[in-house]
Amino acid sequence: MVNGQTVNCEQVWREISNYLEGEVDAGLREGMDGHFRTCTRCASVLAGTRNVIRLYSDERMLEAPAGFGGRLEKRLAHGARVPGRKWSTWAAWLVPVAALALFAVGLQWTNIEQGAHRILSPHAQPGDKIPPDLVVVVAADARIFHVPTCDLVQNKTNLRTLTAKEAIAEGYVPCVRCLRKYLQSASLKPEADPDADADLDVAEENPTRAR
Amino acid sequence: MAEPELALNNSDNTRTMREQALIAQVQRGQNDVFYELVRPYERRVYAAALAILHNQSDAEDVAQEAMLKALANIRQFRAEARFSTWLIQITVNEALMRRRRERTAMMEAIDDRREDEGDYTPRDFADWREIPSEALERKEVRQKLAEALGTLDQKYREVFVMRDMEQLNIQETAEALGISVASVKTRLLRARLMLRDLLAGGWEQGWFSRLPFEKGTKPW
Repeated sequence: MVNGQTVNCEQVWREISNYLEGEVDAGLREGMDGHFRTCTRCASVLAGTRNVIRLYSDERMLEAPAGFGGRLEKRLAHGARVPGRKWSTWAAWLVPVAALALFAVGLQWTNIEQGAHRILSPHAQPGDKIPPDLVVVVAADARIFHVPTCDLVQNKTNLRTLTAKEAIAEGYVPCVRCLRKYLQSASLKPEADPDADADLDVAEENPTRAR
Repeated sequence: MAEPELALNNSDNTRTMREQALIAQVQRGQNDVFYELVRPYERRVYAAALAILHNQSDAEDVAQEAMLKALANIRQFRAEARFSTWLIQITVNEALMRRRRERTAMMEAIDDRREDEGDYTPRDFADWREIPSEALERKEVRQKLAEALGTLDQKYREVFVMRDMEQLNIQETAEALGISVASVKTRLLRARLMLRDLLAGGWEQGWFSRLPFEKGTKPW
Protein backbone atom coordinates (compact mmCIF):
# COMPACT_ATOMS: atom_id res chain seq x y z
CA MET A 1 0.00 0.00 0.00
CA VAL A 2 1.28 3.44 -0.88
CA ASN A 3 1.38 5.91 1.97
CA GLY A 4 -0.73 9.00 1.27
CA GLN A 5 1.09 12.29 0.87
CA THR A 6 0.21 15.27 2.99
CA VAL A 7 -1.30 17.84 0.69
CA ASN A 8 -2.55 21.37 1.28
CA CYS A 9 -5.48 23.21 -0.32
CA GLU A 10 -3.39 24.87 -3.05
CA GLN A 11 -2.02 21.50 -4.17
CA VAL A 12 -5.56 20.11 -4.23
CA TRP A 13 -6.83 22.96 -6.42
CA ARG A 14 -3.88 22.54 -8.74
CA GLU A 15 -4.43 18.81 -9.13
CA ILE A 16 -8.19 18.50 -8.84
CA SER A 17 -8.74 18.26 -12.59
CA ASN A 18 -6.10 15.54 -12.93
CA TYR A 19 -7.63 13.81 -9.90
CA LEU A 20 -11.00 13.69 -11.66
CA GLU A 21 -9.29 12.44 -14.83
CA GLY A 22 -7.66 9.64 -12.82
CA GLU A 23 -4.24 10.99 -13.73
CA VAL A 24 -2.62 11.38 -10.31
CA ASP A 25 -0.40 8.73 -8.81
CA ALA A 26 -1.63 6.51 -6.02
CA GLY A 27 0.20 8.39 -3.26
CA LEU A 28 -1.19 11.78 -4.28
CA ARG A 29 -4.68 10.34 -4.73
CA GLU A 30 -4.61 8.91 -1.22
CA GLY A 31 -3.37 12.22 0.17
CA MET A 32 -6.12 14.13 -1.65
CA ASP A 33 -8.78 11.66 -0.50
CA GLY A 34 -7.67 12.23 3.08
CA HIS A 35 -7.70 16.00 2.59
CA PHE A 36 -11.24 15.98 1.18
CA ARG A 37 -12.43 14.15 4.30
CA THR A 38 -11.22 16.87 6.59
CA CYS A 39 -11.38 20.09 4.46
CA THR A 40 -14.90 21.29 3.69
CA ARG A 41 -13.61 23.98 1.32
CA CYS A 42 -11.81 21.50 -0.90
CA ALA A 43 -14.72 19.05 -0.63
CA SER A 44 -16.88 21.89 -1.95
CA VAL A 45 -14.47 22.50 -4.83
CA LEU A 46 -14.48 18.79 -5.68
CA ALA A 47 -18.28 18.47 -5.59
CA GLY A 48 -18.76 21.62 -7.64
CA THR A 49 -16.25 20.60 -10.27
CA ARG A 50 -17.89 17.19 -10.56
CA ASN A 51 -21.21 18.94 -11.05
CA VAL A 52 -19.78 21.10 -13.81
CA ILE A 53 -18.44 18.09 -15.68
CA ARG A 54 -21.62 16.10 -15.24
CA LEU A 55 -23.93 18.90 -16.32
CA TYR A 56 -21.99 19.96 -19.39
CA SER A 57 -21.34 16.41 -20.55
CA ASP A 58 -25.09 15.81 -20.75
CA GLU A 59 -26.32 15.32 -24.33
CA ARG A 60 -28.97 17.95 -23.77
CA MET A 61 -26.28 20.61 -23.54
CA LEU A 62 -25.43 20.01 -27.20
CA GLU A 63 -28.05 22.12 -28.85
CA ALA A 64 -28.21 23.14 -32.47
CA PRO A 65 -30.40 25.89 -33.97
CA ALA A 66 -33.91 25.02 -35.10
CA GLY A 67 -33.90 23.42 -38.54
CA PHE A 68 -30.20 22.69 -38.45
CA GLY A 69 -30.66 18.97 -39.22
CA GLY A 70 -32.92 19.67 -42.18
CA ARG A 71 -30.56 22.21 -43.70
CA LEU A 72 -27.62 19.87 -43.19
CA GLU A 73 -29.48 16.98 -44.82
CA LYS A 74 -30.34 19.16 -47.80
CA ARG A 75 -26.79 20.33 -48.28
CA LEU A 76 -25.42 16.82 -47.93
CA ALA A 77 -27.96 15.52 -50.43
CA HIS A 78 -26.76 18.14 -52.89
CA GLY A 79 -23.13 17.32 -52.13
CA ALA A 80 -23.80 13.60 -52.50
CA ARG A 81 -25.43 14.03 -55.92
CA VAL A 82 -22.66 16.25 -57.18
CA PRO A 83 -19.36 14.65 -56.22
CA GLY A 84 -17.85 17.89 -57.43
CA ARG A 85 -15.78 18.76 -54.40
CA LYS A 86 -13.60 15.69 -54.69
CA TRP A 87 -13.50 15.91 -58.46
CA SER A 88 -12.68 19.60 -58.39
CA THR A 89 -9.64 18.96 -56.21
CA TRP A 90 -7.85 17.21 -59.02
CA ALA A 91 -9.65 19.11 -61.75
CA ALA A 92 -8.15 22.25 -60.32
CA TRP A 93 -4.79 20.72 -61.14
CA LEU A 94 -5.91 19.18 -64.39
CA VAL A 95 -6.82 22.48 -66.03
CA PRO A 96 -3.40 24.17 -65.74
CA VAL A 97 -1.63 20.90 -66.56
CA ALA A 98 -3.73 20.50 -69.72
CA ALA A 99 -3.07 24.12 -70.65
CA LEU A 100 0.64 23.58 -70.17
CA ALA A 101 0.56 20.44 -72.28
CA LEU A 102 -1.30 22.25 -75.06
CA PHE A 103 1.21 25.07 -74.92
CA ALA A 104 4.09 22.60 -75.13
CA VAL A 105 2.50 20.80 -78.09
CA GLY A 106 1.91 24.12 -79.81
CA LEU A 107 5.48 25.16 -79.21
CA GLN A 108 6.74 21.86 -80.59
CA TRP A 109 4.49 22.20 -83.63
CA THR A 110 5.79 25.69 -84.25
CA ASN A 111 9.33 24.40 -84.06
CA ILE A 112 8.56 21.63 -86.55
CA GLU A 113 6.92 24.10 -88.86
CA GLN A 114 9.84 26.44 -88.57
CA GLY A 115 12.20 23.51 -89.05
CA ALA A 116 10.47 22.48 -92.25
CA HIS A 117 10.98 25.93 -93.68
CA ARG A 118 14.37 26.54 -92.24
CA ILE A 119 16.31 24.81 -95.05
CA LEU A 120 14.63 25.72 -98.26
CA SER A 121 17.36 24.73 -100.68
CA PRO A 122 20.01 22.04 -100.80
CA HIS A 123 22.42 24.93 -101.31
CA ALA A 124 21.77 25.94 -97.75
CA GLN A 125 22.77 22.53 -96.36
CA PRO A 126 25.73 22.73 -94.05
CA GLY A 127 28.91 21.82 -95.80
CA ASP A 128 30.46 20.19 -92.80
CA LYS A 129 30.33 16.71 -94.35
CA ILE A 130 32.56 17.82 -97.22
CA PRO A 131 36.23 16.88 -96.63
CA PRO A 132 37.81 20.16 -95.60
CA ASP A 133 40.94 19.67 -97.72
CA LEU A 134 38.98 18.77 -100.86
CA VAL A 135 40.19 20.93 -103.69
CA VAL A 136 37.38 23.04 -105.10
CA VAL A 137 37.04 25.89 -107.55
CA VAL A 138 34.99 29.07 -107.44
CA ALA A 139 34.18 31.58 -110.15
CA ALA A 140 34.90 35.18 -109.33
CA ASP A 141 31.29 36.31 -109.82
CA ALA A 142 29.49 33.33 -108.23
CA ARG A 143 28.66 32.14 -104.73
CA ILE A 144 28.97 28.37 -105.36
CA PHE A 145 32.01 26.15 -105.14
CA HIS A 146 32.50 23.00 -107.26
CA VAL A 147 34.91 20.16 -107.72
CA PRO A 148 37.12 21.17 -110.70
CA THR A 149 35.51 18.63 -113.06
CA CYS A 150 31.92 19.74 -112.47
CA ASP A 151 30.00 20.38 -115.74
CA LEU A 152 28.13 23.24 -114.18
CA VAL A 153 31.15 25.41 -113.65
CA GLN A 154 30.64 28.54 -115.67
CA ASN A 155 33.23 31.03 -116.82
CA LYS A 156 36.04 28.50 -116.56
CA THR A 157 38.62 31.08 -117.57
CA ASN A 158 38.31 32.98 -114.33
CA LEU A 159 38.39 30.28 -111.62
CA ARG A 160 40.09 30.34 -108.33
CA THR A 161 41.26 27.10 -106.65
CA LEU A 162 41.03 26.63 -102.89
CA THR A 163 40.06 24.02 -100.30
CA ALA A 164 36.46 23.32 -99.33
CA LYS A 165 37.18 24.61 -95.84
CA GLU A 166 38.43 27.91 -97.21
CA ALA A 167 35.50 28.19 -99.60
CA ILE A 168 32.99 27.65 -96.79
CA ALA A 169 34.86 30.14 -94.60
CA GLU A 170 34.59 32.71 -97.40
CA GLY A 171 30.83 32.19 -97.63
CA TYR A 172 30.61 29.98 -100.74
CA VAL A 173 27.96 27.25 -100.75
CA PRO A 174 28.47 23.78 -102.23
CA CYS A 175 27.20 22.79 -105.67
CA VAL A 176 24.39 20.29 -105.22
CA ARG A 177 25.36 18.42 -108.36
CA CYS A 178 29.02 17.69 -107.82
CA LEU A 179 28.95 17.66 -104.00
CA ARG A 180 25.58 15.90 -103.61
CA LYS A 181 26.97 12.84 -101.94
CA TYR A 182 28.24 15.01 -99.09
CA LEU A 183 25.09 17.08 -98.79
CA GLN A 184 22.50 14.34 -98.86
CA SER A 185 23.33 12.99 -95.43
CA ALA A 186 22.66 16.33 -93.78
CA SER A 187 19.55 17.25 -95.73
CA LEU A 188 16.11 17.21 -94.12
CA LYS A 189 14.49 17.02 -97.51
CA PRO A 190 14.22 13.94 -99.64
CA GLU A 191 16.51 13.77 -102.60
CA ALA A 192 15.88 16.78 -104.75
CA ASP A 193 15.36 16.76 -108.49
CA PRO A 194 18.88 17.04 -109.96
CA ASP A 195 17.63 18.99 -112.95
CA ALA A 196 15.95 21.52 -110.71
CA ASP A 197 19.14 21.79 -108.73
CA ALA A 198 21.13 22.23 -111.91
CA ASP A 199 18.76 24.95 -113.05
CA LEU A 200 19.18 26.63 -109.72
CA ASP A 201 22.94 26.45 -109.96
CA VAL A 202 22.88 27.87 -113.44
CA ALA A 203 20.50 30.61 -112.40
CA GLU A 204 22.82 31.61 -109.62
CA GLU A 205 25.94 31.46 -111.73
CA ASN A 206 24.46 32.93 -114.90
CA PRO A 207 21.23 34.82 -114.29
CA THR A 208 20.91 35.86 -117.94
CA ARG A 209 20.94 32.23 -119.24
CA ALA A 210 18.37 31.03 -116.74
CA ARG A 211 15.91 33.67 -117.84
CA MET B 1 -28.64 -5.69 -11.84
CA ALA B 2 -26.60 -7.30 -14.59
CA GLU B 3 -29.49 -7.46 -17.03
CA PRO B 4 -29.90 -3.72 -17.73
CA GLU B 5 -26.13 -3.40 -18.26
CA LEU B 6 -26.21 -6.31 -20.67
CA ALA B 7 -29.11 -4.71 -22.52
CA LEU B 8 -27.16 -1.45 -22.74
CA ASN B 9 -24.08 -3.22 -24.11
CA ASN B 10 -26.18 -5.02 -26.69
CA SER B 11 -27.70 -1.71 -27.73
CA ASP B 12 -24.23 -0.12 -28.05
CA ASN B 13 -22.98 -3.08 -30.08
CA THR B 14 -25.97 -2.91 -32.39
CA ARG B 15 -25.40 0.82 -32.88
CA THR B 16 -21.69 0.30 -33.57
CA MET B 17 -22.37 -2.47 -36.07
CA ARG B 18 -25.01 -0.36 -37.79
CA GLU B 19 -22.51 2.51 -37.96
CA GLN B 20 -19.80 0.28 -39.41
CA ALA B 21 -22.21 -1.01 -42.03
CA LEU B 22 -23.17 2.55 -43.00
CA ILE B 23 -19.51 3.60 -43.21
CA ALA B 24 -18.81 0.66 -45.52
CA GLN B 25 -21.80 1.59 -47.71
CA VAL B 26 -20.64 5.20 -48.07
CA GLN B 27 -17.07 4.07 -48.74
CA ARG B 28 -18.45 1.99 -51.61
CA GLY B 29 -20.02 5.13 -53.06
CA GLN B 30 -23.54 4.98 -51.64
CA ASN B 31 -23.53 8.62 -50.61
CA ASP B 32 -27.26 8.86 -50.00
CA VAL B 33 -26.91 7.08 -46.63
CA PHE B 34 -24.29 9.51 -45.37
CA TYR B 35 -26.76 11.70 -43.51
CA GLU B 36 -28.08 8.66 -41.67
CA LEU B 37 -24.50 7.95 -40.63
CA VAL B 38 -23.77 11.44 -39.28
CA ARG B 39 -27.19 12.33 -37.89
CA PRO B 40 -26.37 11.06 -34.34
CA TYR B 41 -23.39 13.44 -34.25
CA GLU B 42 -24.78 16.54 -35.93
CA ARG B 43 -25.28 18.42 -32.64
CA ARG B 44 -21.79 17.52 -31.45
CA VAL B 45 -20.32 18.75 -34.72
CA TYR B 46 -22.22 22.01 -34.43
CA ALA B 47 -21.16 22.46 -30.78
CA ALA B 48 -17.50 21.91 -31.67
CA ALA B 49 -17.68 24.55 -34.40
CA LEU B 50 -19.52 26.96 -32.10
CA ALA B 51 -16.93 26.53 -29.33
CA ILE B 52 -14.24 27.77 -31.69
CA LEU B 53 -16.11 30.35 -33.75
CA HIS B 54 -18.51 31.67 -31.10
CA ASN B 55 -20.95 32.65 -33.83
CA GLN B 56 -24.02 30.59 -34.68
CA SER B 57 -24.13 31.36 -38.37
CA ASP B 58 -20.44 30.62 -38.92
CA ALA B 59 -20.70 27.50 -36.76
CA GLU B 60 -23.55 26.13 -38.87
CA ASP B 61 -21.72 26.86 -42.10
CA VAL B 62 -18.52 25.24 -40.85
CA ALA B 63 -20.44 22.24 -39.51
CA GLN B 64 -21.91 21.69 -42.98
CA GLU B 65 -18.53 22.17 -44.65
CA ALA B 66 -16.98 19.69 -42.25
CA MET B 67 -19.64 17.08 -43.03
CA LEU B 68 -19.08 17.54 -46.76
CA LYS B 69 -15.35 17.17 -46.23
CA ALA B 70 -15.94 14.00 -44.23
CA LEU B 71 -18.05 12.66 -47.10
CA ALA B 72 -15.36 13.51 -49.64
CA ASN B 73 -12.69 11.82 -47.52
CA ILE B 74 -14.67 8.90 -46.12
CA ARG B 75 -12.37 6.39 -47.83
CA GLN B 76 -9.51 7.64 -45.67
CA PHE B 77 -11.37 6.80 -42.47
CA ARG B 78 -9.84 3.82 -40.69
CA ALA B 79 -11.64 1.92 -37.96
CA GLU B 80 -8.84 2.46 -35.42
CA ALA B 81 -10.44 5.79 -34.49
CA ARG B 82 -14.01 6.37 -33.43
CA PHE B 83 -16.06 7.80 -36.26
CA SER B 84 -17.37 10.56 -33.99
CA THR B 85 -13.82 11.57 -33.01
CA TRP B 86 -12.80 11.67 -36.67
CA LEU B 87 -15.78 13.90 -37.48
CA ILE B 88 -15.06 16.25 -34.58
CA GLN B 89 -11.41 16.54 -35.59
CA ILE B 90 -12.38 17.49 -39.15
CA THR B 91 -14.81 20.06 -37.75
CA VAL B 92 -12.21 21.56 -35.42
CA ASN B 93 -9.76 21.83 -38.33
CA GLU B 94 -12.33 23.57 -40.50
CA ALA B 95 -13.31 25.94 -37.70
CA LEU B 96 -9.71 26.82 -36.86
CA MET B 97 -9.00 27.51 -40.54
CA ARG B 98 -12.08 29.72 -40.77
CA ARG B 99 -11.05 31.62 -37.65
CA ARG B 100 -7.51 32.12 -38.96
CA ARG B 101 -8.86 33.54 -42.19
CA GLU B 102 -11.14 35.95 -40.41
CA ARG B 103 -8.90 37.19 -37.64
CA THR B 104 -5.92 39.43 -38.08
CA ALA B 105 -2.48 38.20 -37.11
CA MET B 106 -2.36 40.96 -34.50
CA MET B 107 -5.42 39.65 -32.73
CA GLU B 108 -3.95 36.14 -32.67
CA ALA B 109 -0.74 37.44 -31.20
CA ILE B 110 -2.54 39.34 -28.42
CA ASP B 111 -4.54 36.25 -27.51
CA ASP B 112 -1.46 34.06 -27.47
CA ARG B 113 0.29 36.30 -24.97
CA ARG B 114 -2.41 35.81 -22.36
CA GLU B 115 -1.34 32.25 -21.62
CA ASP B 116 -2.40 30.37 -18.49
CA GLU B 117 -0.96 32.79 -16.00
CA GLY B 118 -0.60 31.46 -12.42
CA ASP B 119 -2.80 29.12 -10.41
CA TYR B 120 -6.54 29.61 -10.21
CA THR B 121 -8.04 30.04 -6.77
CA PRO B 122 -11.67 29.01 -6.33
CA ARG B 123 -13.88 31.80 -4.98
CA ASP B 124 -16.91 29.97 -3.66
CA PHE B 125 -16.79 27.35 -0.90
CA ALA B 126 -20.46 26.76 -0.13
CA ASP B 127 -21.72 23.25 0.48
CA TRP B 128 -22.30 21.44 -2.78
CA ARG B 129 -24.70 18.72 -3.57
CA GLU B 130 -25.42 17.03 -6.84
CA ILE B 131 -27.52 19.06 -9.26
CA PRO B 132 -30.26 16.73 -10.48
CA SER B 133 -30.01 16.10 -14.19
CA GLU B 134 -33.70 17.03 -14.45
CA ALA B 135 -32.53 20.62 -14.14
CA LEU B 136 -31.39 20.37 -17.75
CA GLU B 137 -34.97 19.73 -18.86
CA ARG B 138 -35.51 23.45 -18.47
CA LYS B 139 -34.42 25.46 -21.42
CA GLU B 140 -33.48 28.50 -19.34
CA VAL B 141 -31.09 26.38 -17.28
CA ARG B 142 -29.40 25.09 -20.42
CA GLN B 143 -29.26 28.62 -21.71
CA LYS B 144 -27.64 29.91 -18.53
CA LEU B 145 -25.07 27.14 -18.64
CA ALA B 146 -24.33 28.00 -22.27
CA GLU B 147 -24.00 31.68 -21.37
CA ALA B 148 -21.59 30.85 -18.55
CA LEU B 149 -19.53 28.80 -20.98
CA GLY B 150 -19.60 31.70 -23.42
CA THR B 151 -17.99 34.01 -20.88
CA LEU B 152 -14.82 31.90 -20.74
CA ASP B 153 -11.80 32.97 -22.74
CA GLN B 154 -11.58 31.28 -26.12
CA LYS B 155 -8.72 28.97 -25.20
CA TYR B 156 -10.44 27.67 -22.05
CA ARG B 157 -13.77 27.24 -23.78
CA GLU B 158 -12.30 25.24 -26.67
CA VAL B 159 -10.51 22.78 -24.42
CA PHE B 160 -13.49 22.39 -22.08
CA VAL B 161 -15.91 21.74 -24.95
CA MET B 162 -13.60 19.21 -26.63
CA ARG B 163 -12.89 17.29 -23.43
CA ASP B 164 -16.03 17.57 -21.33
CA MET B 165 -18.74 18.01 -23.94
CA GLU B 166 -17.37 16.27 -27.04
CA GLN B 167 -15.77 13.57 -24.91
CA LEU B 168 -12.44 13.59 -26.73
CA ASN B 169 -9.66 12.37 -24.45
CA ILE B 170 -6.79 14.64 -23.40
CA GLN B 171 -4.51 13.47 -26.22
CA GLU B 172 -7.21 13.80 -28.88
CA THR B 173 -8.06 17.28 -27.61
CA ALA B 174 -4.42 18.30 -27.84
CA GLU B 175 -4.14 16.94 -31.39
CA ALA B 176 -7.40 18.49 -32.56
CA LEU B 177 -6.51 21.94 -31.26
CA GLY B 178 -2.82 21.74 -32.11
CA ILE B 179 -1.61 22.39 -28.56
CA SER B 180 0.41 20.37 -26.04
CA VAL B 181 -1.07 17.86 -23.61
CA ALA B 182 0.26 20.01 -20.75
CA SER B 183 -1.61 23.04 -22.11
CA VAL B 184 -4.80 21.01 -22.37
CA LYS B 185 -4.52 19.96 -18.75
CA THR B 186 -3.79 23.47 -17.49
CA ARG B 187 -6.61 25.05 -19.50
CA LEU B 188 -9.05 22.31 -18.55
CA LEU B 189 -8.37 22.85 -14.84
CA ARG B 190 -8.96 26.58 -15.12
CA ALA B 191 -12.06 26.15 -17.29
CA ARG B 192 -13.64 23.71 -14.84
CA LEU B 193 -12.88 25.83 -11.79
CA MET B 194 -14.05 29.04 -13.45
CA LEU B 195 -17.31 27.41 -14.54
CA ARG B 196 -17.81 26.10 -11.03
CA ASP B 197 -17.52 29.62 -9.66
CA LEU B 198 -19.80 30.97 -12.38
CA LEU B 199 -22.47 28.40 -11.59
CA ALA B 200 -22.19 29.23 -7.92
CA GLY B 201 -22.66 32.90 -8.83
CA GLY B 202 -25.57 31.88 -11.04
CA TRP B 203 -27.25 30.29 -8.09
CA GLU B 204 -27.02 33.59 -6.23
CA GLN B 205 -28.68 35.23 -9.26
CA GLY B 206 -31.52 32.69 -9.19
CA TRP B 207 -30.70 30.57 -12.24
CA PHE B 208 -31.97 27.50 -10.47
CA SER B 209 -34.49 29.24 -8.23
CA ARG B 210 -37.46 27.17 -9.37
CA LEU B 211 -35.68 23.93 -8.72
CA PRO B 212 -36.86 21.96 -5.68
CA PHE B 213 -33.77 22.44 -3.51
CA GLU B 214 -33.71 22.88 0.21
CA LYS B 215 -33.97 26.49 1.27
CA GLY B 216 -30.59 28.02 2.14
CA THR B 217 -28.36 25.47 0.39
CA LYS B 218 -26.88 25.51 -3.07
CA PRO B 219 -27.74 22.65 -5.34
CA TRP B 220 -24.20 21.31 -5.33
